[in-house]
Amino acid sequence: MNTKFDLVIVGVGGQGTLLASKILGRLALNAGLGVKVSEVHGMSQRGGSVITHVRVGQEVFAPMVPLGQADYLLSFELLEAARAAAYLKQDGVAIVNTQRISPMPVVTGAMAYPETPEALLDGHRFEATDALRMAIQAGNQKALNLVLLGMLARHLDFSNEAWYEAIGACVPRKTLDVNIKAFDMGRMVVDQ
Amino acid sequence: MIGDKITAAAFGIKPEKEKRLMLGNEAVAFGAWEAGVKVVASYPGTPSTEITEVISKLPDVNVQWAPNEKVATEVAFGAAMAGARSLTCMKHVGVNVAADPIFTAAYTGVSGGMVIAVADDPAMHSSQNEQDSRYYARAAHIPMLEPADSQECADFVKLAYGLSEQLDTPVFLRLTTRIAHARSQVEMNERADVPVKPYQKDVMKNVMMPGMARKRHLHVEKREKFLEEAANMMPINRVEIRDAKVGIVTSGACYQYVREALPEASTLKLGMVYPLPMTLIRDFASKVEKLIVIEELEGLIEKDIAAAGIAVEGKSLTGIQGELSVEKLRSIFKGEPAPQVEGVEDLPARPPVLCPGCPHRGVFFVLNRLGLRVMGDIGCYTLAALPPLNAIDACLCMGASIGMASGAERAHGKEFSKKTVAVLGDSTFIHSGITGLVDAVYNQESITVLILDNRITGMTGHQQNPATGLDIHGQPAPQLNLEKMVEACGVKDIQVVDPFDLAAMHQAVSGAVSRDEVSVIIARRPCALLSKQPIFALHIDGCKNCGACMKLSCPAIERGANGVSINPALCVGCGMCVQVCPFKAIKSGEEA
Ligand SMILES: Cc1ncc(C[n+]2csc(CCOP(=O)(O)OP(=O)(O)O)c2C)c(N)n1
Repeated sequence: MNTKFDLVIVGVGGQGTLLASKILGRLALNAGLGVKVSEVHGMSQRGGSVITHVRVGQEVFAPMVPLGQADYLLSFELLEAARAAAYLKQDGVAIVNTQRISPMPVVTGAMAYPETPEALLDGHRFEATDALRMAIQAGNQKALNLVLLGMLARHLDFSNEAWYEAIGACVPRKTLDVNIKAFDMGRMVVDQ
Repeated sequence: MIGDKITAAAFGIKPEKEKRLMLGNEAVAFGAWEAGVKVVASYPGTPSTEITEVISKLPDVNVQWAPNEKVATEVAFGAAMAGARSLTCMKHVGVNVAADPIFTAAYTGVSGGMVIAVADDPAMHSSQNEQDSRYYARAAHIPMLEPADSQECADFVKLAYGLSEQLDTPVFLRLTTRIAHARSQVEMNERADVPVKPYQKDVMKNVMMPGMARKRHLHVEKREKFLEEAANMMPINRVEIRDAKVGIVTSGACYQYVREALPEASTLKLGMVYPLPMTLIRDFASKVEKLIVIEELEGLIEKDIAAAGIAVEGKSLTGIQGELSVEKLRSIFKGEPAPQVEGVEDLPARPPVLCPGCPHRGVFFVLNRLGLRVMGDIGCYTLAALPPLNAIDACLCMGASIGMASGAERAHGKEFSKKTVAVLGDSTFIHSGITGLVDAVYNQESITVLILDNRITGMTGHQQNPATGLDIHGQPAPQLNLEKMVEACGVKDIQVVDPFDLAAMHQAVSGAVSRDEVSVIIARRPCALLSKQPIFALHIDGCKNCGACMKLSCPAIERGANGVSINPALCVGCGMCVQVCPFKAIKSGEEA
């Protein structure tokens, strides 16, 4: 059982990244592990870059993952994955939604969206998928969270029951089925 | 107090010590609730807002949003003076607004315990400055506690109420963003049954005229001397001896960074950052070869220790800018620089933006078009300072837009105001814009003020305010009528305009700035996140790629080589781009 891991979740304000960290926190707590989660509220939620840190272990001190120390990077957007590249440790895994959301400098034409931002993650294990499309298939684009968590679940040792319990505790009852479906789809993702 | 007994279970809190993962802010809320707090009055401000939001959902507490931090503090003080445990919460700059009652409340003291929770924002994640609220504790002679995780948030609030009542003083609880917005485990407990003490008239204690205040000032000094001594014995000031080479004095989030980056170092963890336990510090210093203070922002603790004649280092190593972190400490103390990835610096930045359908957009588009100088203010609309709107010249503090416009007119004469406006939000106008408007009318300025009434306090995450007609629980409340308020300030030229109607806005603003009197335009339209516009498809047909619509700075409009496209997932159909397109190439669903 990996009882100690550091994870960084990145995305664009408004994508709902906080649900993923909530589920992970619950999962760790249920397993009797120590956990700290550091969130971003306020200014950066208005469509800006957002980052959440999740640290699991027997004894966790700082709430933020130090650069170069993340075991996993969970990214809701391609450019944001590249921006967070320095968080991953050498053998860290990047789990990435391939969706591209243009930031304002790109929207206005002042800058171009990089063609292959994922190049900055070269040397790391890189698992990418169009998680948004899968979430829509599962029944709701907001279930994007769960697709990515499903992909992450393959790397962690928590049981299915533990995951389902944590998901059930964190999502509204009426969206549970869609979320579980999205989670299961994430676990089936074939590496691109 | 029958209610107090049953409530814990009723709200899903099990009597056995349940553990929950909580934000520091939530833990402060639960801690205060468990301590029997009766009255909570606050004004929102990141990173403090959730304390009040969370406590508003718990039973048997009177919780309210006040118009600003000064009023919030006065309400909390009134409750404490009258015998109840009270709480007020604010961000660091809120203390500036509340400083007047706070400094004198230190003299009167309290009857029921009073806690002032203040959240600092090192690195300015959501703030306009990096001021250090620990200075207020020193300046006002009020004790200040600083927790280092969520459990301590809950524990320290309870301790703060005890100290407050025992020492007859308000007590500060200081948080920083990384404590307020980090989740860790907290043990849940029952609510204590703390009856409200009977009200007692006590003129010598509560009427601060010079004669009485001189006596109370003696009390303040005596209390502080007592606490300076007691601090040496308080378990929350904790010495942990490890390696004797380096001893580190630290508190709050910094303690966590130190434990992780320098696990071998001995530490003195301060739970109370004012007043300092100088005997304990001296003793700790004698046990280590070198004494270092690790604190964010100002070097306050370091200076006090140095002033006591103890050799110490600190700010020469860590500096005063931004927040500290594990990697910063590793770099400073171990020469291990944080890893970097080449190319990250060159990626397009992703600054926050006004949401699609935001009513503020129309106002700033028009102001930009008219080429006006804009004295700005603090709220979502401050984002209009960024390109491509580029429509704000100055932003200082809440409510300052109006005073700045008046001052600029005084400097340059009335003509200046024909090319200048002040812009502020509804919550900001009520917070501290009203007095500026009274001043402008009274002193016969000719300024134009735009009140962006999006019917909510937006920036901090949608809190109700006196103009929304709802209270903190979402229940109907008397609604402040902004038009009548403005009229009562003496303004005669008042217009209410829909900011989606760009032509009307253009006309209203050009008219208002040209007049030799104070003009107010209320731009009224609810926040886009609260009232989803009916979605009607926007098409593009015949785009000449002229870029006119790009000036709206709308995240839903994107420009390519062959023209613009509209992202249907983001567009809410506000129709501003339809009005802006010179070739009528953007068509709304109805026309199409
Ligand atoms: C003294 C002070 N208190 C609180 C804040 C935090 N704050 C920043 S903007 C804002 C509210 C703005 O609301 P409003 O004026 O209605 O504008 P909106 O964001 O809705 O556009 C608050 C409370 C602050 N910056 N300064």
